[in-house]
Amino acid sequence: MQTQQRFDFEVIARWVSPGETVLDLGCGDGSLLAFLRDTRGVKGYGVEADPERVVACVRNDVNVLQIDMEKGLADFQNAQFDHVIMSLSLQAVHHTEKILDEMLRVGREAVVSFPNFGYWKHRQAILNGRMPVSESLPFEWYDTPNVRFFTIADFEALCEARGIRILERAAFDDDKPVIEEPNFLASMAMYRLAR
Amino acid sequence: MNSSGSVGVVAAQTAHFSEPLTLRSGAVLPAYDLVYETYGTLNASCDNAVLVCHALSGSHHVAGTYANQPKSVGWWDNLVGPGKPLDTNKFFVIGVNNLGGCYGSTGPTSINPATGKPWGADFPFVTVEDWVEAQARLADRLGIKRFAAVVGGSLGGMQALHWTLAYPERVAHAAIIAAAPKLSAQNIAFNEVARQAIKSDPQFHGGHYYEHGVVPVNGLKLARMVGHITYLSDDAMAEKFGRKLRHGEHKYHWDVEFEIESYLRYQGDKFAGYFDANTYLLATKALDYFDPAFNYNGDLAAALARAKANFFVASFSTDWRFSPERSRELVFALIRNGLKVSYAELESTAGHDSFLLDDPQYHAVLRAWFDGIEV
Repeated sequence: MQTQQRFDFEVIARWVSPGETVLDLGCGDGSLLAFLRDTRGVKGYGVEADPERVVACVRNDVNVLQIDMEKGLADFQNAQFDHVIMSLSLQAVHHTEKILDEMLRVGREAVVSFPNFGYWKHRQAILNGRMPVSESLPFEWYDTPNVRFFTIADFEALCEARGIRILERAAFDDDKPVIEEPNFLASMAMYRLAR
Repeated sequence: MNSSGSVGVVAAQTAHFSEPLTLRSGAVLPAYDLVYETYGTLNASCDNAVLVCHALSGSHHVAGTYANQPKSVGWWDNLVGPGKPLDTNKFFVIGVNNLGGCYGSTGPTSINPATGKPWGADFPFVTVEDWVEAQARLADRLGIKRFAAVVGGSLGGMQALHWTLAYPERVAHAAIIAAAPKLSAQNIAFNEVARQAIKSDPQFHGGHYYEHGVVPVNGLKLARMVGHITYLSDDAMAEKFGRKLRHGEHKYHWDVEFEIESYLRYQGDKFAGYFDANTYLLATKALDYFDPAFNYNGDLAAALARAKANFFVASFSTDWRFSPERSRELVFALIRNGLKVSYAELESTAGHDSFLLDDPQYHAVLRAWFDGIEV
């Protein structure tokens, strides 16, 4: 998980410009924001509901807002941020369409990453009659925080249907980039999105 | 050094100011005293000072106890002390009794030099802005050019906010807890009920009750009872008292039947025994008037554009007097200005009073925030 996250961070750092303002939804302990601050001079705010992670963000000197993003980002203004980021959290959000719309309202661009449920190892697990448990999906079905189960193909179909432009995509099998057949070979995908 | 305990025995000090202070209302206080306490040591570069601003009925006595009075524990003693979240091993902490107060700073009980009698109802209106101005003069006196932090809950949070606007260069960090950028109509309504309770007490004598040797205790008690209801949550009252009966059965009399009645009467009596009614009136008015966006057509973000501090804002889930929505208003206005801010919305059952309690999550986040302040 740790190496994958670092990998995730470096791609995001390439996609944002120095000195940008970003909003990181589900920011955890703030390590992505701290990384973007330290490597790209990014000014940002994180949104995090978990009280212990909020404390961790404050310890990391990261601006954190303990608000429920499922209740919406209505208090943020249009195009208030250069990028709105949601790293490995989209699968844990109930209102997928609404949050994507809101991210692209509040941000000029959005960056999302998520575990690909279409990854071949996950397909194999299902073929064997069991829900997948892997490095990118490290939870049992009964204790997973994930509520939406979707593949790279599913996500791109949703973008198409919602008029969301995919500016860039990066797909990985653990930390190795995947170019061919990502929906089968990639365990994780990242997107840079715009209207 | 003490690791996690009390600041110990403390004593208040008095600073006299002979330069007149022009108040928001236009009135002028020709001279005044401010009573204050300090804990910890001001460092050589004078950059470790933290000002703690008090709320409606608070005082300069933030932490520690007075000699031979073991029960005289400061109102934020759980937060302030060696090894505590606001660590007096690191910071030099200052508590000031605000102007118009009744704990030693110049207020309605002080002698009006023009008449030789207590000011009473003639004491001028004081506002959050006036309090901050007086606090700034005390800071000058103590050699503090810039506070490491200004901190406050409720009305104290409003003072911390105003500090960042009046003296952006003098506040490195500001913590605004269980506060609001202005009162709502409902808040003002509760204050008005409290004021009418005091003013309609026959012992009030238009605010000049000192001359009559009486105190409007019933009015002040009622005011406190109303206030107290708004500081607690419905949940907290249900949990603490429910419908518990004093006598285990209905007595059909006007005396205490339900325990909540007993509690409110007790709190009201206790408060009326030591607090000054005129101070209470003035402090509720200061709350009502506070509205930094007033001169900006209600645009809070525009009002906050001057601020430079690194902010911490916290609210409590069951606080309906200063609800989380009010804190979020402030937070989003700060974000619109690109200011550094962290916001904790804490689960709590205790309502507005939560800011005075030591909930582990609340204190953990405050501790983290204070730890991050470099001095």
